[in-house]
Amino acid sequence: MAERGKTAIDRERCKGCGLCAAFCPRGIISLAPEINSRGYHPAVVTDPGACTGCARCARMCPDVVIMVERVEAA
Amino acid sequence: MATMFARPEALTANPFHYCPGCTHGVIHRLVAEVIDELGIRENTVAVASVGCSVLAYNYFNVDVQQAAHGRAPAVATGIKRVLPDRVVFTYQGDGDLASIGTAEIVHAAARGEKITVIFVNNANYGMTGGQLAPTTLPGQVTTTSPSGRDVTRAGYPIRMVEMLATLDGPAYLARASVHNPAQVVKAKKMLRRAFEVQMQGLGFALVEVLSSCPTNWGLKPVEALRWLEKNMLPYYPTGEFKCLQQAV
Repeated sequence: MAERGKTAIDRERCKGCGLCAAFCPRGIISLAPEINSRGYHPAVVTDPGACTGCARCARMCPDVVIMVERVEAA
Repeated sequence: MATMFARPEALTANPFHYCPGCTHGVIHRLVAEVIDELGIRENTVAVASVGCSVLAYNYFNVDVQQAAHGRAPAVATGIKRVLPDRVVFTYQGDGDLASIGTAEIVHAAARGEKITVIFVNNANYGMTGGQLAPTTLPGQVTTTSPSGRDVTRAGYPIRMVEMLATLDGPAYLARASVHNPAQVVKAKKMLRRAFEVQMQGLGFALVEVLSSCPTNWGLKPVEALRWLEKNMLPYYPTGEFKCLQQAV
């Protein structure tokens, strides 16, 4: 029984500091090449299927823009 | 589907004004999570300080009073004594608490005021542009110590928690850091204990949290956390320095 996560990043409120990407154990978060309305490169999940929902990204996010849910896949 | 992580209710919807990667935001969130978990949001009064966290009243979804520079523990003393059933906490930086506010924090601790103090140490004056603070490390470059802190002229950094631990008044004194997810979890436990100590009427509680200042340190956010771990942790060890379990 594998556990799967669902991570939602609020791109408009993200300041692109990259702490989430640095601490993601799966290495599936990176900064987008485009900018948001405030001029920052927001973080994006590049491979949502690989997310385990560990929430380390959210714990390190200084702007509380990440929400994490965990689903138990059969 | 289980929610692993969501914004705590004790934070307002306002976006933080802090620089990208500044861990003030992490510490704000941890305090808010503790307030939610203890169910004290409607019963808590915060006292904001002067410094980058001067705008904390925009973010904590509780009653907040703004204090003059360094005077947050004195203001909190007044609030707690008039309204002893409220949970009162201050949120202060090192330029506020360890410099202009040293007298207030030492005497609030010595009196054993039943308040909780969140002390954010980023080893410089953040808001005013990164000047040397009492907590600046020996050799650390700031805008007012461009060749590094010279201890023969500028003296030595103050370890506030260790200094306060020599007093009989405090019931809980701890130092935490937020430079990686494991430390963030530990920091939250200490912050929670600092609120519980007040709710149990045990006395004064303070948690120092080592925090990064990427902008004024001149480092990228991830590099700043590494710098904190490499340079600040050896001088400012984490842990609990005083932990009363019952009133004396």
